[in-house]
Amino acid sequence: MNNDLKKTPLSQWHAENGGKMVEYAGFEMPVQYQGVLAEHAAVRETAGIFDITHMGEIIVSGAGATSWLENLITNRITKTEPGQITYTAMCNEAGTVLDDMLIYRLADQKWMVVCNAANHEKIINWMQSKIVDDVELNDISHTTALIAVQGPCSKEIVASLDALQEQQGTFADLEFYTFKTVGDWIVSRTGYTGEHGYELYIPFADALSLWEELISLGKGKGMVPVGLAARDTLRFEVGYCLYGHELSENWTPLEAGIGWAVRMKKDSFIGLDVIKGQKESGVPRRIRGFEVMPIVIGEKTRPAPIARQDCELYCGDQQVGFVTSGTKSPTTGKSLFMALVDVNFLDNDLTVDIRGKQVAVKKQKLPFIAARVKGDPAASREL
Amino acid sequence: MDLRYSKEHEWIAVDGDIATIGVTEYAAGEMGDVVFLELPEDGSDVSQGDPVGTIETVKSVEDLYCPLTGEITEINEGVLDTPELVNQDPLEDGWLFKVKLGNPSELDSLLDAAGYNELIGG
Repeated sequence: MNNDLKKTPLSQWHAENGGKMVEYAGFEMPVQYQGVLAEHAAVRETAGIFDITHMGEIIVSGAGATSWLENLITNRITKTEPGQITYTAMCNEAGTVLDDMLIYRLADQKWMVVCNAANHEKIINWMQSKIVDDVELNDISHTTALIAVQGPCSKEIVASLDALQEQQGTFADLEFYTFKTVGDWIVSRTGYTGEHGYELYIPFADALSLWEELISLGKGKGMVPVGLAARDTLRFEVGYCLYGHELSENWTPLEAGIGWAVRMKKDSFIGLDVIKGQKESGVPRRIRGFEVMPIVIGEKTRPAPIARQDCELYCGDQQVGFVTSGTKSPTTGKSLFMALVDVNFLDNDLTVDIRGKQVAVKKQKLPFIAARVKGDPAASREL
Repeated sequence: MDLRYSKEHEWIAVDGDIATIGVTEYAAGEMGDVVFLELPEDGSDVSQGDPVGTIETVKSVEDLYCPLTGEITEINEGVLDTPELVNQDPLEDGWLFKVKLGNPSELDSLLDAAGYNELIGG
C-alpha cells in the first residue's frame, strides 16, 4: 500500500479485522471484509457499520453564511431549521454538477457541508474562490471521523450507546434528515444504503472507542463491518446517485434525475440560468433503470451478463446512451444498471453492448428496490 | 491427481489427453464473490494464453485465459448458473472447462504445486 495515503483512526482496526484495504480518493479504505454479498445482506437484514471518514466536512459560518451558501447550491436551505439536513447539488456556471452533498444547519448562520472525498479538494477550492468578507470556511475533515450504522437493527444499536443514554427521549424521535448534537458529536439520521440508519460525526480521538463500542453492541444482532464495495451495491439498488457515475460535470442535475433537489424558483444560484433553460427547452437525457435479459442460444439459456459503467446502449445500430452504474444486484439477483439515455428512445427496445455483444435490456423502475429510510425499518420492500 | 498451475491462477488436472481447468483456491479467495462467468463454447479451438472468457465479481471483471492449446470439449454448465461454486468449491464443483490437449508438451510450461506456492508467496 502506498505510504502517502491518508489513514483514518480506524485504518489499523480494519487491517487487523479482515478488511481488504485499497486506495480510494487518496485514503486507505476497506473495500470489503468477509465478502461483498454477506456484508450487503447484513445491512438489508440486520445492520452494518461503515467507516466513511474519507468524506469531507466543511463548516461555513459568519454573518453572511446563509445567503452566500444558498447561492452556491441548487436546493433551498433558507427555510430549514437548525437540526435539519438538506441534500443538494453544487453546480458550476454551466449548470453541471461539481458534487452532491448534505448540508447541516448547525445554527442560524452556521452550516456543515458534507461532500464526497473524491471532490473534497475541488469543492474547497470552489468555495474559496467564491468567498466574501462576512463568510468563513473551516475544513474540519482532517479531525472529523464519520461512522455509519445502517440497517433495520441500527436504531437499537445506536440507541444503546453510553453517550446517548441521557438523550433517549429526543434521540428516539430523530427523523430522517435530522440530527442532534451530543457534546462534540453529531448524530445524524442519514445514510447511503436505503435502510434506516445513522451517521455519527465525531472527533478523531473518539473514533476507535466508539467503533469498538458499536461493534460490541451490534455483535449479538448480526451487525458486521461493511466495506466500500457493498456501500456501492447498497446505494445502487435504491437508485441513489454516485458522483462519477450518475453525477458529473458533463450533465445537469435534471439529467441525473435529482431535479427534486433543484429549486427553480430561487432568485439565483450558480448554474440556475442554464438549468432553467434546459428545463424550458426539454431535458435531452435522463438516468433510467434497466435489467439485462438472459441470453438464449439455441436451446440453452445463459444468465444475463453484467453491464458495467460506460457500456453503450443502442436502439438498432444507433447509440442512444451509456451505462453509469451496473452490477448483479445482490438483493434481487438480477443484472441491473442505470444509464443516461436520450429521452427520444425511452420507449424503444434497446440493447446494451457488453464486450462486443448486443444484449437485450428491459426497463426497470427506479429505485430497483424500495428504500426503508422512514417509518418501519423492517417494512416490506414491495414498491 | 497431481495438479499443475498457470501464472493466471488456474489449476489444471490432466487425465489422458483431457485437461480440466479451474480457478485456484487462492485466487477464488482473493477475488471475492464471483457473480458471473462467461466460458468458451464447446468445440471451439483455443491456443495457450488466449482469453476464453471472463470471471466477474460484484466490482470487477477479469479475463479468463486458456492455459493450454486444444479443443474445448466440455464446459461446466452448473457454474454458469451458480457462479458462487467458484468460491465455495473451486477445486471440485467449481471447475470451469475441459480442453483436449493439442500440444501436450505445453504441460511442461505449467507450474507444479511448489512453483505455484512460490508465486503466491506461500
